Amino acid sequence: MNTAVPASKRRAYEAPAYWRWLGFLIVAAIALPLPFLLKNFFIFQLTLAMVYAIAILGLNLLTGFNGQFSLGHSAFFAIGAYTAAILMDQYDVAYYWTLPAAGIVCFVAGFLFGLPALRLEGVYLALATFALALAMPQILKLSPLEHWTGGVQGIVLIKPNAPFHLPLNPDQWLYFFVFAVAALLFFCAYNLVSSRTGRAIKAIRDNPIAARTMGVNLSLYKSLTFGVSALYTGIAGALGGIAVQFVAPDSFTFGLSIALFVGLVVGGVGSIGGALFGAWFVLFVPNIAEQVSKGLAGAVYGVILVFMIYLMPFGLAGLVRMAAMRLARAKR
Amino acid sequence: MELFLHQVLAGLATGGIYACMALAIVMIYQAIDGLNFAQGEMAMFSTFIAWQLIEWGVPFWGAFFLTLAISFAGGYMIERVIMRPLHNAPILSHVAMFIALFAILNSGAGFIWDYQVKNFPTPFGTKSVIGEGLLSAHDAGMIGATIVMLLFLFLFFRYTRIGLAMRAAAANPESARLVGIRVGQMLALGWGMAALIGAIAGMLIAPVVFLEPNMMSSILLYGFAGAVVGGLTSPAGAVIGGLMVGVIENLAGTFIPVIGRELKLSIALALIILVLTVKPSGLFGRTVVHRV
Amino acid sequence: MSTMLLQAKNICAYYGPTQVLHGLDLSITEGGITTLLGANGAGKTTMLRSVCGMVRTTGEVRFRDQEIAGKATEDIVRLGIAHVPEGRGTFVRLTVEENLQLGAITRGNKAEIATDVERVFGYFPRLRERYRQQAGTLSGGEQQMLAIGRAMMLRPTLMLLDEPSFGLAPLIVQEVFSILKQMNRREKMSIFLVEQNAALALDLADQAYLLETGRVVMAGAAREIREDENIRRAYLGY
Repeated sequence: MNTAVPASKRRAYEAPAYWRWLGFLIVAAIALPLPFLLKNFFIFQLTLAMVYAIAILGLNLLTGFNGQFSLGHSAFFAIGAYTAAILMDQYDVAYYWTLPAAGIVCFVAGFLFGLPALRLEGVYLALATFALALAMPQILKLSPLEHWTGGVQGIVLIKPNAPFHLPLNPDQWLYFFVFAVAALLFFCAYNLVSSRTGRAIKAIRDNPIAARTMGVNLSLYKSLTFGVSALYTGIAGALGGIAVQFVAPDSFTFGLSIALFVGLVVGGVGSIGGALFGAWFVLFVPNIAEQVSKGLAGAVYGVILVFMIYLMPFGLAGLVRMAAMRLARAKR
Repeated sequence: MELFLHQVLAGLATGGIYACMALAIVMIYQAIDGLNFAQGEMAMFSTFIAWQLIEWGVPFWGAFFLTLAISFAGGYMIERVIMRPLHNAPILSHVAMFIALFAILNSGAGFIWDYQVKNFPTPFGTKSVIGEGLLSAHDAGMIGATIVMLLFLFLFFRYTRIGLAMRAAAANPESARLVGIRVGQMLALGWGMAALIGAIAGMLIAPVVFLEPNMMSSILLYGFAGAVVGGLTSPAGAVIGGLMVGVIENLAGTFIPVIGRELKLSIALALIILVLTVKPSGLFGRTVVHRV
Repeated sequence: MSTMLLQAKNICAYYGPTQVLHGLDLSITEGGITTLLGANGAGKTTMLRSVCGMVRTTGEVRFRDQEIAGKATEDIVRLGIAHVPEGRGTFVRLTVEENLQLGAITRGNKAEIATDVERVFGYFPRLRERYRQQAGTLSGGEQQMLAIGRAMMLRPTLMLLDEPSFGLAPLIVQEVFSILKQMNRREKMSIFLVEQNAALALDLADQAYLLETGRVVMAGAAREIREDENIRRAYLGY
């Protein structure tokens, strides 16, 4: 058969550029006025949702685009948070400098973890990252490190004030700050994914052996992807720590890794926009579940998750993709 | 020297628990070619069912076998009803489903039976078999039962036709269909068997760690450690791996000063990472040859 | 006049939204060798998979006067249709022995199964040497033999083969094809063969169909097609 793939059959996440800009403008139009309309606590919750979205995006870069499986991203979230906390608490570094610092530290950590982890496939990689996630709180509680980490009690931080004496309270300022960082990071992610490097990364996911025979340096790209993925999640961790004003070992348990993972699945693997929906899901649905039934909160959450998976096995992004395809077919 | 022997035996005792769990994990891995994170919760839930039956006056062995039957049916049904619609979905959705199952079972158990710690009877008695409280009859019985299960599984998978069919269905479902195997049924059977083994594991473990909804969380980790050390493709390896994890954990906790009680869990983790780095297929696992 | 073992009418097949077969009509005579030819992507593999219920199809498929379209693959196989798929579908992690045993997994008579294993070794002596080896370590040719052997273990009435010559050295291909001919004669096993290598297939087969982008463009006796130079040059390129 010699039919070229028509535009309607190309995957929707490679949708034409104007869709993405339109989407962003709609999101911005809704998101930007919110801090002036809502109470501080809700602003805080939305800020946290954006933080989680960045973290899920980090996980997505790894799993969705590179096919590597990680249950350990809570560890990188923790490293980012603690890097920020230690810099702010012990060295009086300004909060905005902690972001690149957290990013770099996590990139290195992710890259170094990726090097040996590379050799593992599927289940084994999942187990290794599982072990990493469980180990992190334990490591953070280690007595020799207490001087920096503050041990079990952790480190307390102060929320930054708006600069240039802008008429915003700390919650509102942080919201806009996180929004700007998120927008920047999402933009970078889009570019990365559609670049030549991005194609190499996707090639590794789709057929590692073929990719290698075509000259793609598997080890390097896999480790780099791990590093970048950790970078994103680390920056999210730093932002999270600042937003919550507190870092402690038990904030970064395996449960967080699970939350990120669920957010990834529900939002849609391989979709950058899906990360937002995923973040919303893991932050707010547990609360809704608790409202439905205090004693059975976990079960209600589980049932909702089950329905989500049935209705949208490829996440929200998958649903959107299929709808777009049906629409495109109907047009012809 | 005596201390060393003490700790080795104590390690074997706890290792028996891990070995049992590791066996259940490897079992489900062979059946569905994946890891079920809800395995521990299923075992816990089964144990609660057994406890409830005993509370209602059913004699121990009656409750035991009835629980096995219920667990098998439960596992079979979970595959047919809950997992089946996901046959075409990506693996990630499956894992998310396991997470959902975990939440439902854990929360459900807590709701039905509350979080108060309960006693669970042991059929082996509590007398000491070796020394003073070093290895109780129950500990020995647990190791024995695990080995018996192992033998049964080995024989089943190696020498029966259903065992072969199950292995084929897990390894290559499409080819399995092409030889006439009803793959869906095989998967469900695998889940049923894994649930059954999990139930046995739960009922053996509960007398030692006491029954409560969260009893399996750390044990599951040790089970994974044992399975990884021994090799996910080797049930015998899993049992040996579990015993080794118990012994190593105990010895490390006793003889390495930095590692107090709080870090014991890290031993399991360190083991997992070490084995995965050096020899991912575990001590006894088979490395699979892939022809391009 | 030989009876029609398999009759397919108006078969349309779909991969997701893409239609690959457009109203195929096909019959396979009992006891004969029928071949399906065509270029890459013509839909040959899809046709085989349609017979076995592995792909979404509309239309009728009758096997021995029984409607099998819409049945599950495993049920179709149990009616006596063995399929040697593209890529062979070997259970690579299992041994040669286990692969052959799996071929007969739906049968009960142990003695008969043992006889059949010997018969497979009769056709493929190399497999006897490798009996306990992991199937994934066999060479391409040996894996093809194993795949055919496994299909034989079903004692099928009809064997479907998808490009058995693929990736094999010419000498091995000749060996395999001559064995297929023997099987057809001795076991009275009907064969439906999909092949890109038209010359080889036409040599072996009694009936031939030619597929082009999901449609039958030619059907007839293999000998006629083989001997007609114009047809060969126009459609088969030699």
